[in-house]
Amino acid sequence: MLHTINKSPFETNSLETCLRFARAGHSVLLFEDGIYGAFKGTRFESLITDSLKSKNIYVLVPDVEARGMRTDNVIDGIKTVDYAGFVDLTVDNKTVQAWL
Amino acid sequence: MATIEVNGKAVELDEEGYLTELKDWSKEAAAILAGQDDIELSDSHWEVIKFLRDYYDEYQIAPAVRVLTKAIGKKLGKDKGNSKYLYELFPYGPAKQACRFAGLPKPTGCI
Amino acid sequence: MEDEVIKKFLYVNRKAPYGTIYALESLEVVLIGAAFDQDVSLAFIDDGVYQLKKDQKTSVDSGAGMKNFSKTYLALGDYDVNKIYVDKASLDERGLTADDLMELVYEDEDDDYKEKSSISIVNQEEIAQLMEQQDVVLSF
Repeated sequence: MLHTINKSPFETNSLETCLRFARAGHSVLLFEDGIYGAFKGTRFESLITDSLKSKNIYVLVPDVEARGMRTDNVIDGIKTVDYAGFVDLTVDNKTVQAWL
Repeated sequence: MATIEVNGKAVELDEEGYLTELKDWSKEAAAILAGQDDIELSDSHWEVIKFLRDYYDEYQIAPAVRVLTKAIGKKLGKDKGNSKYLYELFPYGPAKQACRFAGLPKPTGCI
Repeated sequence: MEDEVIKKFLYVNRKAPYGTIYALESLEVVLIGAAFDQDVSLAFIDDGVYQLKKDQKTSVDSGAGMKNFSKTYLALGDYDVNKIYVDKASLDERGLTADDLMELVYEDEDDDYKEKSSISIVNQEEIAQLMEQQDVVLSF
């Protein structure tokens, strides 16, 4: 199952709730403003690091770059994807939950 | 915007002929709307119209036809809670047409 | 509908009513979707639990200036939408209990039309499982 997050974790609790309900082996893709949850040094870092033990987390690079954020500052273990990678994720998963 | 004249007052309708304002409804308005479809309202029609208005008051929606049929059957008896009876009264669709006469919006779930 | 393929639909509600349009939109989509005889479940999580708070009082002319659509949840049973899951942790952190929620019921056709509660208060694991079992998950 793929979960997508497109809002900043500082704006809504979608990321936290998503990680609460996503099960081991699920994938979570951060895109649009959701990418702000992907970086070292934020208050969400430990939550992300913890989740990475059982889940796959991805971040969409064009949205990182568009916002002037650096891919080399992305938390270790988060995988970077481009649009093609995004498409692959949606195709590879039977269900997609787009968290608002 | 279309209007009908009810007791000398202009009442607004939407593009599908439903009252735009719930509070504009009156028995006279219902009779005029029915007249547009060449229907003269009988006691049987009024019974369904009243049922719909009560349903809306309780649940804030106009019921879909399936729900309406079931609920009428429960409240008014099986001989009335069936499509045949309701379509005879409201040939353009018991939910769609009866809701229009009852001054309610088009039923949610009516496609 | 071709071949009557029944799919499992889950509507996930996470926003409070009135402040935004999400709650009402979700409810309308549920009612419209109910015409298609699918296997429908509703989950209420985070501020979404406030949608089911009893004693809501508003109208177009007063209060929040919107119709009191909380009454419409009471009709869900008529629409055969009777699997309503509420996240316990979300209730807990808001100081709410099951008693604060509206009593949503349905008549069980397979059990002599006995009136039964549609609401289940569930934990995180149960909701996670529920999500995983779906064909389609719609978030509001």
